[in-house]
Amino acid sequence: MTETGTGAGTGTGTGAGTTAVLPAGMRAVPVGRRALLVEVETSEEVAALHGELLRRRAVGALPGVDDIVPAARTVLVDGLDDPQALAAELPHWTIPRPRAEDGPERVIRMRFDGPDLDEVAQVWGIAPGELPGLFEEIVFRVAFCGFAPGFGYLTGLPGHLRLPRRATPRTCVPAGSVALAGPYAGVYPRSSPGGWQLIGSTDAVLWDPSREPAALLAPGARVRFRRAAR
Amino acid sequence: MTVRHVDVVRAGALTTVQDLGRRGHRHLGVPRAGALDLPAHRLANRLVGNPDHAATLETTLAGLAVRAGCALTAAVTGAPCPVRVDGRPAAWGAPVRVERGAVLELGAATHGVRSYVAFDGGVGVAPVLGSRSRDLLSGLGPAPLREGDTLPLGRPCGPAAAVDTVASPGVPRELVLPVVPGPRDDWFAKDALRTLAIGAYRVAPASNRIGLRTEGPALPRARSGELPSEGMVLGAVQVPPDGRPVVFLADHPTTGGYPVIGVVPEDRLAAAAQARPGTPVRFVPLRRGAVAQPVRTVPGAGAVMPS
Repeated sequence: MTETGTGAGTGTGTGAGTTAVLPAGMRAVPVGRRALLVEVETSEEVAALHGELLRRRAVGALPGVDDIVPAARTVLVDGLDDPQALAAELPHWTIPRPRAEDGPERVIRMRFDGPDLDEVAQVWGIAPGELPGLFEEIVFRVAFCGFAPGFGYLTGLPGHLRLPRRATPRTCVPAGSVALAGPYAGVYPRSSPGGWQLIGSTDAVLWDPSREPAALLAPGARVRFRRAAR
Repeated sequence: MTVRHVDVVRAGALTTVQDLGRRGHRHLGVPRAGALDLPAHRLANRLVGNPDHAATLETTLAGLAVRAGCALTAAVTGAPCPVRVDGRPAAWGAPVRVERGAVLELGAATHGVRSYVAFDGGVGVAPVLGSRSRDLLSGLGPAPLREGDTLPLGRPCGPAAAVDTVASPGVPRELVLPVVPGPRDDWFAKDALRTLAIGAYRVAPASNRIGLRTEGPALPRARSGELPSEGMVLGAVQVPPDGRPVVFLADHPTTGGYPVIGVVPEDRLAAAAQARPGTPVRFVPLRRGAVAQPVRTVPGAGAVMPS
């Protein structure tokens, strides 16, 4: 089942970390004439597939593809001459599971001063003072971006800590707000309306198009939050 | 001021700097942007000797006026409109010489929505992520033009095209949009594609660079519930909860949670860019794998006639 034609995807070594997580349950649907939407079942599978597509593109195996867009349960590949050909090829790929140490690590210094912090602590059944320690322990990963340039949807929140969106969205969430909703955490790159629960804030610049890279949190990055000094 | 430039005398309803857009940043949440009527943008550039990627001005219905800060060559394409230089009629769809200090004016579009103005050398604002385009969804690129703005121009890079004139596009009676079904047509009732095909849709006034909104019969859903956010493509026909299809244009969001019933091929979107509110829209669902036939009712798609 190993697809050897491109030589891609073999740089991550062998062993327990390279178990194929695809293609069980995978579905590929053409989107228009030039794109393919590949649907999987978990965000981990999205990360694995996204990583494999990037590796293959880097070695020239996906000519013409200018956008590879991961999302919650899908990866969109746009710019294909023949989406059906990729769809037919995908089931034969062996795709390594992403390893914990893959991707750049980003540490975000934050203050736990969000207006929803007490409410979130209450939902989690802890004292507000315990929330920062708990939050710092979680290793997040940028699953995908959307909503605004540089807004990363961070996965890694344990299932029992998931939160609903606020019943009434705020008309203005300040830039740098650290927020939670559903299975995701995120940091608002700029002020905007928003319905996520705000637990804190950061001075980190999430998005600066004149910087390289423009996005502090790009898909695949590992993210940890730390209390800002003082 | 010795730098080549133009000064904005009248900004018009919504005039933005556009080029071919930003590619390869959608995974960061950055829309492509770029000229909505790409054939018209390319043509304007060719008429003044620019490469395709040079930045032009995209107007919206009401035209604009700029004063030349240097002698320059300009060309106007896209939605047909009166063109004047210092009040004297000048050619639409042809290179126009504008002397330093003269005012180039585009009147209101006679039909269509968006006209394109190319200057030799192109609009020389600083690129952002490889493009000078204004993206109205995320606010990247230069702000829409305002009276009093000064726009730098690049260095002219070639002779203007040897062209007498360009065929002016006719007035399209209806907007015909072929639709490749999927990826989420299975989220809709069985007859939804048929409703899309035979429904009397019209272009809604709320249409903009993000999407062409429509008024007409709602497309019934077969499934309730939410679709987890997924990547969106240019031309996606997304159906929000009100059931009225929206065709995604250049500034569309990169991900979305409303199901996409089909996709309009990219080369047919220039016509959508020129369809005014109220224009009848005819969606033509294609078989998967069928190839859309080109039509020539697109403002800006006129052929260049050799001189």
